[in-house]
Amino acid sequence: MNNMSSTPIAPPVKHRSPIAGPPWFRLVLITTSVLFIGMLIGLPVAAVFTEALRKGFDAYADSLQGEYAVAAIELTLIVAAIAVPFNLVFGIAASWAITKFEFAGKQLLITLIDLPFSVSPVISGLIYVLLFGANSALGEWLMAHDVQIVFAVPGLVIATIFVTFPFVARELIPLMQEQGTEEEEAAILLGATGWQLFFRVTLPNIKWALLYGVLLCNARAMGEFGAVSVVSGHIKGETNTIPLHVEILYNEYNFVAAFAVASILTLLALLTLLLKTLLESKFSSPTRKH
Amino acid sequence: MRKFREPSVLPGFGITLGITLSYLSLIVLLPLSGLFVSTAGVSFAEFWATVTSPRVMSAYRISFGASFIAAFINVFFGLIVTWVLVRYKFPGKRIMDAMVDLPFALPTAVAGIALTALYAPQGWVGRYFEPLGIKIAFTPIGITIALIFIGLPFVVRTVQPVLEDMNREYEEAAVSLGATRWQTFCRVILPELTPALMTGFAMALARALGEYGSVIFIAGNMPGVSEIIPLIIITKLEQYDYTGATSIAVVMLLASFLMLFAINLLQSWSRRRRDE
Repeated sequence: MNNMSSTPIAPPVKHRSPIAGPPWFRLVLITTSVLFIGMLIGLPVAAVFTEALRKGFDAYADSLQGEYAVAAIELTLIVAAIAVPFNLVFGIAASWAITKFEFAGKQLLITLIDLPFSVSPVISGLIYVLLFGANSALGEWLMAHDVQIVFAVPGLVIATIFVTFPFVARELIPLMQEQGTEEEEAAILLGATGWQLFFRVTLPNIKWALLYGVLLCNARAMGEFGAVSVVSGHIKGETNTIPLHVEILYNEYNFVAAFAVASILTLLALLTLLLKTLLESKFSSPTRKH
Repeated sequence: MRKFREPSVLPGFGITLGITLSYLSLIVLLPLSGLFVSTAGVSFAEFWATVTSPRVMSAYRISFGASFIAAFINVFFGLIVTWVLVRYKFPGKRIMDAMVDLPFALPTAVAGIALTALYAPQGWVGRYFEPLGIKIAFTPIGITIALIFIGLPFVVRTVQPVLEDMNREYEEAAVSLGATRWQTFCRVILPELTPALMTGFAMALARALGEYGSVIFIAGNMPGVSEIIPLIIITKLEQYDYTGATSIAVVMLLASFLMLFAINLLQSWSRRRRDE
């Protein structure tokens, strides 16, 4: 047996799977995919930065320091800072109720939570114009009490909450479903209070998925265009978020400024994707799609 | 009789379900049902006249036509991209995998102006088509390209987990029993992927029908030629024609609900197939 181990081991035979197909076939498919993704997705990103820097870096920096650009950036940050925490609390509450308990109508509830994703952004804005606008009873009452919701910041916040509604919940639900309730039940039987249970047992288990959900929620909150466009009223310096400011600049044929402001959003999207890829290696969500 | 809820030792059911239901009702359900209430005051004849007027009819044709073509193209290329991502190893694969999600992350308005810059007659891509007499931006072709852009991740991300989980033994069995690769693909692989491909198609289609931001810049928005349904709703709102906007929105919303229903059916079919 001894001299068996001393005989040189033959290099492992490369087992080409019988289903792999010839190299030229792989090459064709890989080239097609790379070209398709490059043309469809890579080129537009490259175009944003090229157009933004067309007149040099100074023009680029100037466009970002314009009065309205700064106001739009501030407004976008404010809107996201309100909308994301609201959806965070909702997402955790909904996932807790759905995954830790068995109750009638659960499947319907999950479908309803996903509903905002199936509604056109334009309709998402329209419903709030109908509800709070001057034509409705509620709108008249609000007007009499001098409360402005649509065509003002509260409308932007509510429309943003609507379009980003499902993000946190739909990342948490599959994960928490898979984790089950045993750890939590053990904690309760050992005498933990509800909050101790959440912060010491549940939260550490879901933190990466939660961060992932918040990340996607935030990216959409800052980038939403259609819904926000309907409720905004487009008042310069007051109700224009970054995406709306991009539209205005573009329609004014101020292309360098439009792409400069758009480049901030593109950088945000690229950063989101980078963090998302890093997070995905931290935890493997049972459903990677979203 | 089945109880509303099974007993559990865990706390917080009342409060979390309470928060969920009130928040869901206030933000989503009430405002959405408000849309239907607003059309209740409109006579059916008026509603019908609005939603079937010639300009709206041609917008349906453009919206549905472009969305269908885009979703088909996405299924075709989406399958190739997914196949390559799951089955092959090559440099830059992680980057390509991450790039597939970009249309989810990139704000639609940014996608819209970037695509317009590329496909306009003087743009990087458009200039090569201009001499051939092909206009891309400001025509339905441009709309279709924008919809392919936003729909691709839906197909890839729906098919990817199914292809990853697929048992390769069946393929190997088929090949060792003498099937050609094309036969194996058509008879073994494709049937397994069909539910996921159809779900991806439906999701891309649903998203494309309602899409606004990435389309309006490249569309040119000429009534009857390149005007999409969401834009008609906006135009009517800007003219303070709330009834008109609402009527068309109701038609769109019903179409979305139908799509959602179809997607749910397809997904449960897909899940059953995977569990078998």
